[in-house]
Amino acid sequence: MATISELTTSASTAPLLDIRNVAKSFGKNAVLRDISLQVAEGEFLTILGESGSGKTTLLRIIAGFEAATSGEILMGGERLDTLPPYRRRVNTVFQHYALFPHLTVAENVGYGLKIARLPKQEVESRVEHALNMVKMTAYAASKPSKISGGQQQRIALARALVNRPRLLLLDEPLSALDANLRRQMQVELKSLQREVGISFVFVTHDQEEAMVMSDRIALLRLGELEQIASPREIYNRPATAYTAQFIGHTNLLSGEVKDGIARCQSLSWRTGLRDGSGLFSLRPENIRLADGTGGSAAVRFRGKILRQAFHGATELLQIECAGGLLLSVRAASQENWSGDVDLEFSPADAIPVRASEGRA
Amino acid sequence: MKAGERNVPTSRWLPWHAIVVFGFLYLPIVTLIVYSFNGSGVGGFPPRDLTLNWYRILFADEAIWTSVLNSLLVAFAAMAISLIFGIPAALALDRANFPGKTLFRRLVLLPLILPGIITGLSLLMLFQAGEVKLSLLTIILGHGTALISVATTEVFAGLQKLDRAQEEASLDLGANYWQTFWHVTLPNLRLSIIGAALLIFTLSMDEIAVSFFLIGRDNTLPLEIWGRLRRGITPEINAISTIIFVFSLAAIVTWYRLRAKAETEVVL
Amino acid sequence: MFSRAYRAAVTVPPLLWVAVFLLVPYALLFCYSFWSVSSSQTIVHSWTLDNYRQLLQVNVYWQTLLRSMWIAARVTVFSLLLGYPLAYFLSFHAKRKDLLYQLVIIPLWVSYLVRAYAWKTILGSDGVLNTLLQYVHLTSHPLDFLLYSPFAVVLTLTHIYTPFTILPIYAALEHIPRNLVEASHDLGASPVQTFWRVIFPLSIPGVVAGATFAFVLSLGDFLAPLLLGGPSGIMISNIVVSLFGAAYNWPLGAAISFCMLALVLGLLFLSESLEKKWSFR
Repeated sequence: MATISELTTSASTAPLLDIRNVAKSFGKNAVLRDISLQVAEGEFLTILGESGSGKTTLLRIIAGFEAATSGEILMGGERLDTLPPYRRRVNTVFQHYALFPHLTVAENVGYGLKIARLPKQEVESRVEHALNMVKMTAYAASKPSKISGGQQQRIALARALVNRPRLLLLDEPLSALDANLRRQMQVELKSLQREVGISFVFVTHDQEEAMVMSDRIALLRLGELEQIASPREIYNRPATAYTAQFIGHTNLLSGEVKDGIARCQSLSWRTGLRDGSGLFSLRPENIRLADGTGGSAAVRFRGKILRQAFHGATELLQIECAGGLLLSVRAASQENWSGDVDLEFSPADAIPVRASEGRA
Repeated sequence: MKAGERNVPTSRWLPWHAIVVFGFLYLPIVTLIVYSFNGSGVGGFPPRDLTLNWYRILFADEAIWTSVLNSLLVAFAAMAISLIFGIPAALALDRANFPGKTLFRRLVLLPLILPGIITGLSLLMLFQAGEVKLSLLTIILGHGTALISVATTEVFAGLQKLDRAQEEASLDLGANYWQTFWHVTLPNLRLSIIGAALLIFTLSMDEIAVSFFLIGRDNTLPLEIWGRLRRGITPEINAISTIIFVFSLAAIVTWYRLRAKAETEVVL
Repeated sequence: MFSRAYRAAVTVPPLLWVAVFLLVPYALLFCYSFWSVSSSQTIVHSWTLDNYRQLLQVNVYWQTLLRSMWIAARVTVFSLLLGYPLAYFLSFHAKRKDLLYQLVIIPLWVSYLVRAYAWKTILGSDGVLNTLLQYVHLTSHPLDFLLYSPFAVVLTLTHIYTPFTILPIYAALEHIPRNLVEASHDLGASPVQTFWRVIFPLSIPGVVAGATFAFVLSLGDFLAPLLLGGPSGIMISNIVVSLFGAAYNWPLGAAISFCMLALVLGLLFLSESLEKKWSFR
């Protein structure tokens, strides 16, 4: 039931992948409900969602390991969903790598090429090139059990890419890595995608990861598409309360709008919204310490500091305002915060969002 | 083949093959049961004159029931020996390091795969050298020795699944090694031990190869049946076999129930 | 980690038992194989290689040994042919795995003697199979070769040992992560290609284990040939049994047994190294 706010792809580039009204149920359990989205050529799209959102199921349907209950998928204008997985020009990097334990690293990488009956010379040279690309040439003769998790992940990547698929699917490939390695791999994956130029569809539950790597993010919730937009757009202009809360931190203000003024407890600001009840998302970093630079339209208020959480460069303060309203405010770190502070925010930063209903 | 279907070869013949193999495995058993009610004895087709006669004759047959009692005695005693020596053997293999460990492991597990007669006649030589008269006792010793490997294998597998952290927690809380063994290790091995006990019992009741050489005056059930078979087939044998089958079935169903129940009790 | 007393208590009793009841008997077996029996039916404790020479030279002995190995080989092959597809079906296709697994195990819990005897009643000239065939007019007289022949022995032993091949193969197949199958498909391999390139190689340790078990135990079997083999189906263990019985010649019997023991140990060693080579943990 969600409307889709989508970055329009230029008319001259037809989408690589066209997912039309795909739904999937396991018995009575509806995991995906009416998903439609498109993946452009050469784009890095992340499917983001919590567990239970259906993101992995959607990926598996694209790969061919599950069949959609209804709907269709087209790649390059032709039906994809009628093909078995081994006939799709799609390759997958699995969450736990799924490397073949009885084959060496080189044999793993060359597996798809051997199946395609390519001449031995070509297999060897392409395997070497792929291993080079992921910086694992030294391990060509090793067995998967002898290399580390991060290294296995690279091999899984090479094994998929060496086949030159039109689309690469990645199923939470970084989730098993520790934080530092993960950050490093995020950067490497992104630059690899740029270098290779094919479309990546990346599944993750980590919203920071999604923002770092993607050209666009498709946020899934309970089997439906909540919003699909570029990271900046989805962060700065979330469409729903869920999106605002899931990606980054936010304050959700519910208030009444009358005659162009929104009122939420002791705060009020100008808004273009129609009369009625409204929900607004206000990011903690958009609430600043009042220092007189806010301008006349800025909403000023006073609040008491209840708690502070140190995050390094910034701190997250929990503020109690008049009337008991609690807000999170992000401010530059300083040694001592005391008592009451004067804060301000600009009305433009109070983004109206739709409420997210629960779903059966 | 479309997407999402079973992504492994689903040749049509697989289920049929399965049916044929199961048929092959159960044909003798079914025949046995059916013909134990056959009035005109073994053989002949189709079976007719359904009767409980053979069971009646069976129940009056004293020699058979004596041998059953002997077998039960042997089975329980062998069970005791196998467990008493097999459980420590499993613990030793899992946790201790000592010179000759590999040889020990191979020796303990050897009777599992060695044809029974070799174990049987080598023990016969031992008893002969020690001038021990053949009797139920020698059979008990034979079964016990041969079946230690079963106890060891089952308990070893159970030890592998054991969460070491539980034992460490017990030690951390002040219990010593013996108390930990008694209160933590052993209860966790309960399932493996019961499984081993059931298996040992069944194998002992059916054991022929080792018993063949170590038999004294008293027969075990298999040897009693064996003796009669040499003299000729009687449908009585069908009857006793059917009874054995029913008991085996009951044993294995019980075993599965116990295991299923225990698995739901495991707290992660 | 464990105290010395605990470790001693745990290792010493089984070690002692095994030493007395396994090591010593095998040693005795070894010794006996070098002794001989006198004409007055007593054991002569003088050391000689005579028994082994007899084993090699007297036709009956080495021919029977070869025949036994041939029977064991056939049993192994048939058991694997019957067992592997069933194990595969159970692991990858069956809906009620538990139930079917139990159905495979149940025959194992039914007495071997009883099952062998049942085949006797099925295969005999008055038996179920023959009378059935005549009843439906497929044959006009009983088929001889069904019973008291190597055929009957191979059939019965295959029946006994097929479950023993199914179990380890099933266990090996269950251990294969299913995402490997998906990965293979993802990379373009059809289901059949996936089976031969991924599933089968990873199941080899199970196949080796099952084959070893079937071969070794068939080789040393004496019941089936005695019940169903007839004169042409005699196997090496029957000879050993008679040497310890009516044909009273313990030293020769010991020599043959020791050869069997050595053969079995050799096979175990071979199968262990094969399993290790094909195991990828």
